[in-house]
Amino acid sequence: MTELVIAVIFKSIIAFAVPLLVVPPLIWGERRLLGRIQSRLGPNRVGPFGAFQTLADAVKLLGKEDMIPAGADRALFILAPFLLLVPSFMAWSVVPVGTELHIFGRVIGLYATDLNVGVLYIVALTSVAVYGIVMAGWASNSKYALLGSLRSSAQMISYEIMLGIALVGVVVLAGSLSLPEIVRQQQVPFAIPLIIGAFVFVCAALAETNRAPFDLPEAETELVSGYHVEYSGWRFSFFFLSEYANMLLASFLVSAVFLGGGWPAQFLEPYIGHLFTTLLAVGIMMSKVFLFLFIYFWIRATLPRFRYDQMMNFCWKVLLPLGLLNLAVATVLKLTIYA
Amino acid sequence: MEYYVGYIPFLVTFVAASAFGIVSLALASVLRPKFRPGPLRTVPYESGIGPSGVVGDTRGKHGVHFYMVAIVYVVFDLELAFLFPWAVIIGSLGLFGLIEMAVFIAILLVGYIYAWKKGAFDWGL
Repeated sequence: MTELVIAVIFKSIIAFAVPLLVVPPLIWGERRLLGRIQSRLGPNRVGPFGAFQTLADAVKLLGKEDMIPAGADRALFILAPFLLLVPSFMAWSVVPVGTELHIFGRVIGLYATDLNVGVLYIVALTSVAVYGIVMAGWASNSKYALLGSLRSSAQMISYEIMLGIALVGVVVLAGSLSLPEIVRQQQVPFAIPLIIGAFVFVCAALAETNRAPFDLPEAETELVSGYHVEYSGWRFSFFFLSEYANMLLASFLVSAVFLGGGWPAQFLEPYIGHLFTTLLAVGIMMSKVFLFLFIYFWIRATLPRFRYDQMMNFCWKVLLPLGLLNLAVATVLKLTIYA
Repeated sequence: MEYYVGYIPFLVTFVAASAFGIVSLALASVLRPKFRPGPLRTVPYESGIGPSGVVGDTRGKHGVHFYMVAIVYVVFDLELAFLFPWAVIIGSLGLFGLIEMAVFIAILLVGYIYAWKKGAFDWGL
C-alpha cells in the first residue's frame, strides 16, 4: 500500500516535470524552425546552435521589474497567472506516454494515474484557463487587455465545445473515458474512422492554445499582445509557459486519442518481446507528438490570421455541424463494425 | 483506499505547480530591481492616448455579442455534459440509445438554427 502511494507520488512529480523540462527546448526549436522557414538563422548565439536561448530569456525575465498598473485590481492581477499556470500542469497527471510495462514481476503504468474520468478531467481543466484570461484582462485596467481577454474568452469557450464534441466521438468508439484504455482500444487509429473528428479536434486545439491561425487574442498589430499586455517580468513568463505546456498537452492528446499512441508497435509483441515493444511504442508515441508540434509551428509560419468574425463563423457554422456529424458516424460505427 | 490512490496525482501536481509559481516569484522578487512607481510609469499602456476615462471607461460597456456567445456556449456545454456519460455506455444501450440521443440533439438543433437565424454567430462585419 505505502509502496503504491510512493510510486504514484513519484510518477506525478515526473508528470509535473515533463512540461517544465520540455517547454524550453520546444520554444528554442520553434524559433529555429520559424527562422529557417523565413530564410533567416533564428537564435544561434547562446550555447551550441543557440540551444540555451530560452534559459537566457528566463534569466532575463527573472531580473525584470514587476509592474502593476495604476487602477489594477491587485488581488485578481496576481491570481490570474496562477489560474493559467496551475491547470496546465495539473492536466499532465492523466496523460499517458504508453500503456503498461511488465518488468521484474511488476506492472508499471506509463502514466501518473489511469482514471476512469481522464478525458472529462482534461476537458474540465481546459475550462479553468478561461477564468485566468478573463481575470487577467479585467484586472489590468487597460483597454487592450480587456478587449483581448473578451475576444479570447469568447474564442476559448466556443472552441471548448468543439474540443468536447470531437472527444465524445472517440469516447463512443472506445467505450471509456480513461486515456490508457482509449489507447489500448485502437487496433486501427481512431483518426481513420473518425477523420472528421480528428480535423475538428486539431482546429479546436489550435484555437484553445491561442495559436496561429487562431491567435486573435494576441493579434500584435491590433491589440499589442492581448490579455497579458500589462504583465511584465516573471509574471508574464507564466502566460508563456502555460501556452506552451498546453500546446504540448494538445500534441500528446492528439497522438494518444486519434493516432493510436504507440500504434502499430503492439503487433510486433510476439516477435520482439514485451520490453522492446513497450520501448518502441513509447518511441513511436513521442515521434507522433513531435510531428504534431512540427505541424503546429509550420502552420504558424505559413497561414495568416483569421479575422474575428471568420473565426467565430468557422467555429459555430462549420465545426459544430462537422462535430455532430462525426458523433453520428461514431455511434453508427459503434453499433455496427465496433459492436 | 485503493480507489483514492488514483486521485493523489491531482493533489501532487496542484501543490507542485503552485509551489513552483510562488517560489519562482519569490526568487524573482529577490533578483529584480525594486520597482519605483511614478505618475506616468504605472499608467496602463494604451498607445499613448491616455489613461482610462479619456477614451471611454475600461470597465464600462462592451459588445452584447460576447454575451450571446456565452449563452449559446452554456446550452452546448450542458449538451456535452449529457453526451459524455451516454457515450461511455452507448455500446450496451444499442439502437435505443442512438434514437434517444438523436431526439435530444434534434431538439437542441432547433435552438441552434434559431440562434443562427437570429444572428448570434454574425458579428456585423
